[in-house]
Amino acid sequence: MGFEDDLSLRSEIDNLCAQYAHLIDDDWLEELPGLFTRDGIYRVQTRENHDLKLPLSLIYCNGADMLADRITALRTANIYEPHVYCHMLSALRILGGEGAGWRVRSNFVVVRTMAEGSQSLFASGRYFDRIVRVEGALKFQERIAIVDSRQIDTLLVIPL
Amino acid sequence: MSAPFAWPGEDVSRAPYRVYTDAELYAREQQLIFRGPTWNFVGLEAEIPNPGDFKTTFIGDAPVIVTRDAHGVTNAMVNRCAHKGSLVCYRQRGNAPELTCVYHNWTYDLAGALTGVAFRRGVGGKGGLRADFDMKAHGLQRLRVETYRGLIFATFADVTPDFADYIGAELIASIDRVLIKPLKVLGYHSQILPNNWKLYAENNKDSYHASLLHMFHNTFGVVRPTMGGGVKLSENGWHHLSYTQREALADDHIATEKVRSMQETYKLRDAGMMQHQLELGDLVTNSIQTVFPSLVVQQILNALAVRQLIPKGVDRSELIWTVLGFEDDPPDLQELRLKVNNLVGPAGLISMEDGCVGGWVQRAAKADPDAQSIMPMGVGVEPSAGSRVTEAAVRGFWQGWRACMGV
Repeated sequence: MGFEDDLSLRSEIDNLCAQYAHLIDDDWLEELPGLFTRDGIYRVQTRENHDLKLPLSLIYCNGADMLADRITALRTANIYEPHVYCHMLSALRILGGEGAGWRVRSNFVVVRTMAEGSQSLFASGRYFDRIVRVEGALKFQERIAIVDSRQIDTLLVIPL
Repeated sequence: MSAPFAWPGEDVSRAPYRVYTDAELYAREQQLIFRGPTWNFVGLEAEIPNPGDFKTTFIGDAPVIVTRDAHGVTNAMVNRCAHKGSLVCYRQRGNAPELTCVYHNWTYDLAGALTGVAFRRGVGGKGGLRADFDMKAHGLQRLRVETYRGLIFATFADVTPDFADYIGAELIASIDRVLIKPLKVLGYHSQILPNNWKLYAENNKDSYHASLLHMFHNTFGVVRPTMGGGVKLSENGWHHLSYTQREALADDHIATEKVRSMQETYKLRDAGMMQHQLELGDLVTNSIQTVFPSLVVQQILNALAVRQLIPKGVDRSELIWTVLGFEDDPPDLQELRLKVNNLVGPAGLISMEDGCVGGWVQRAAKADPDAQSIMPMGVGVEPSAGSRVTEAAVRGFWQGWRACMGV
């Protein structure tokens, strides 16, 4: 059976992606680095830079520690108007096996709600993931969120 | 109707909130500042290296095309067809032998001269362009262009002094200091600011807020022992440089430095993005330079960028960050730049606050256009050696604004 037909693998990957979104949307951000391997990469990049093959990211964490530092910073140092996200995930596809893991892509839409109630479509885009199994559990070896718009409204503090 | 705008008082130590909310002033700024005697950044030579390369941008509200023509000359024109006023280029960037407006296929060369009109002679001897139509008088509106160290500037006004004279010798030297080699674009950010453009322009000139609003360094105890810094201003006060420099250190790694920590509670797990490879021949760690009205040249450790401020209505602006390296960067230095860029940009750990604080002023200012903000820190529009606790450069901005606006 190929990975394409492996429903239990698909469901496990789907669950990892949902868990990632729920940790953010439910404000359990401190748990987020735990979904990555220690040397895992997390990047948020605009589609503009991605398509132009330019290396710049909006957020570039090379290692789970850098992501953990970002979470600590947004809790303790950064100043911004309180807001929450709602992730809508769809179109998850396992693109292929790679080494001991899998390449996966999916789509996302993130609605941002400010404390005073105004809502906006903050970001839409695609996740490109490399997922591996570490001690029985699936983890992100790499998660790249490619946002469709080149524009970020006001600021980006909570990971997408 | 409101009374004509008058500046409150003689000096520039207070500004009425109306300047951020008044649509009439916004319209006058378009004419008197962005189309006035100012140089406006429109791009980098590295973005249009080859003949036929073009990019589109804005100066104030005016859409602009920047091209490199067949002779290698850099041109800037208003991006509006001489016929019906459509955008000639609706793409961000590209390469083309000529510029064609898709609406009626009017064609311009890369310097903006009208070279072709569709159905000029009509069809079957009927219709077509009237006989006395002067092609030469219907090119794209051309702007004066100057390039400096790879930066492309344009101005609408004949009276704008040459760029070097415009910002003055001292501030030219600080551009020379940062842009030492051929540039490479590492990427772009676009940040939508929920505020009048001047609130961001002021923010960049405001060296007083840096350590107060942006708490990242203090929170993580990564404040480097500094050996001073200060604020420099052009003679007319319009442009500024704010910088800090560090003590000479044997080892370049932040973790080995004796850091002054105001708060020991939080530690960076990975201090990689705080490393600094000295590459510009001095110990300056941060250098923020403004060119009135709309450009910032930034060096924060190894994060180099230019930021272009584009007004988008009285209460909205767009900030375009073009993040830079040098053409000859070895891979490890490029990787360091990409990491250090976590500090800046729309998601920047030491810059994101600038995205929201202007909006807070905008919202609070709206109700009382005749109330005033005050700028009491430091004295006059004077340079400040050794201290950045001054609002001199912000006052300098208002000096430039008043001079252009004639108020």
